[in-house]
Amino acid sequence: MEFSVNHPILFALVGVIIAVVLGQSVYFLVKACRRAKQLGIASSTVKKTISSAAVFTVAPAIGILIGVIALSKALGLALPWMRLSVIGSITYENVAATNVLNAAEVSSGATITDPSLYVTVLWVMTLGIAAGLVLVPFVTKKLQSGMSKIGMKDKKWGEIFNNSMFLGMVSAFLGYVFCDVSDVFSGKTAGLIPVCVMAVSAVVMAICGLLSKKLNAHWLEDYALPASLIVGMASAIPFTAWLG
Amino acid sequence: MKQKQALSYMDSVHRDGRLWGILVAILIISFPVAVSLIFSAVPQWGVLVDGLIATAPMYWAVGIVEIFTYVPMLGAGGTYLSFVTGNISNLKLPCAIDAMERAKVKASSEEGEVISTIAIAVSSIVTTLVIIIGVICIVPLSPILDHPALTPAFDMILPALFGGLAVVFISKNLKLSVAPVLLMLILFISIPALNAGTVGIMVPVGVVFTVAVARVMYKKGWL
Repeated sequence: MEFSVNHPILFALVGVIIAVVLGQSVYFLVKACRRAKQLGIASSTVKKTISSAAVFTVAPAIGILIGVIALSKALGLALPWMRLSVIGSITYENVAATNVLNAAEVSSGATITDPSLYVTVLWVMTLGIAAGLVLVPFVTKKLQSGMSKIGMKDKKWGEIFNNSMFLGMVSAFLGYVFCDVSDVFSGKTAGLIPVCVMAVSAVVMAICGLLSKKLNAHWLEDYALPASLIVGMASAIPFTAWLG
Repeated sequence: MKQKQALSYMDSVHRDGRLWGILVAILIISFPVAVSLIFSAVPQWGVLVDGLIATAPMYWAVGIVEIFTYVPMLGAGGTYLSFVTGNISNLKLPCAIDAMERAKVKASSEEGEVISTIAIAVSSIVTTLVIIIGVICIVPLSPILDHPALTPAFDMILPALFGGLAVVFISKNLKLSVAPVLLMLILFISIPALNAGTVGIMVPVGVVFTVAVARVMYKKGWL
């Protein structure tokens, strides 16, 4: 069969994998909704969780789609479609593909026409970025039961422990926002763009929180994070024009 | 009786998560095999080895650290879904954290487990659907999404996302947040190697440091 990076059979194979992964998400969604009912969680809470998660996801999902488009120039659409719908993130996948193309001394901007090179890229992506996929089914239960034991031993410490983990992650990303700030001293102001965007997002979040309390408009809380995300992202356009 | 039910739900989540995870892993590993057979293509072994040497050690190390960092935060159902559908730190975990905050449930409770799973499942479904629509409409969408005017907005997803989340978490844990935020600011500003590409490695550093600081503060009665 003659090879093409956009051969219909590649889309058919990828379609099967994505259908299975979609099936997994639907299965767990139904299972968790049923359990929520048994636990007495209000159906309005479940509905709000679903609608807010859906709204929140759209903008980052479009960002992932842009990653698919970027990788499709060299790899066609089918492979990036699968890798970024399942497992991957654009940074990991891009590095893996570039490493193979560099090793083969092929330009990363050119479309792959050699099936053996395509299969090589495919294997490196599959085997190189597989730790989570391979290990999670075997270690999750042990890790989760370890967490439960902490909570059972000392309830207050269990809660602080959980909060600390979230806070640790948030603080790492806050640090990242400031990573290019010192460039200002060499006259480059672009490093301030992420700081300004983060500040706008934080202000929107704080305003939503205050308004929901003052006006008793609790629906605002449900969409505060998506709103801060969208307004923050939109503010990047004028900030980049100004500081970029 | 309730306790027995709760236990059986968690056990069934682990059983189902393992089965789905193993099924997806088999499918993903079968994909290159199928492509090789269909197009009668053999990998370029030298390039494959070079590519794996350049890719696998770092991403396996990062992957293992990510498992130990994210599994306790995601809950069981959320973990099985997130490690299959990817984009954990930039999408699935913030989505789950936000959902648990709004539903006022604790991550360590079964209610937290359920809400986190619902949020991550919905996020995974929406992401998959958005990408499917994008792939179908690639021709008309590419010029819009690739437009230079929009590029800055999509380059700034992480600052826009964590600005909002920071308000929620710092306002809730003001005393505890001082040390980790200061440490991360100092590290990221002073070490040039720390950037968008390496922030994932710093997440476990931030988590371990914050838990250690929290333990000391808790023991001293400051929390």
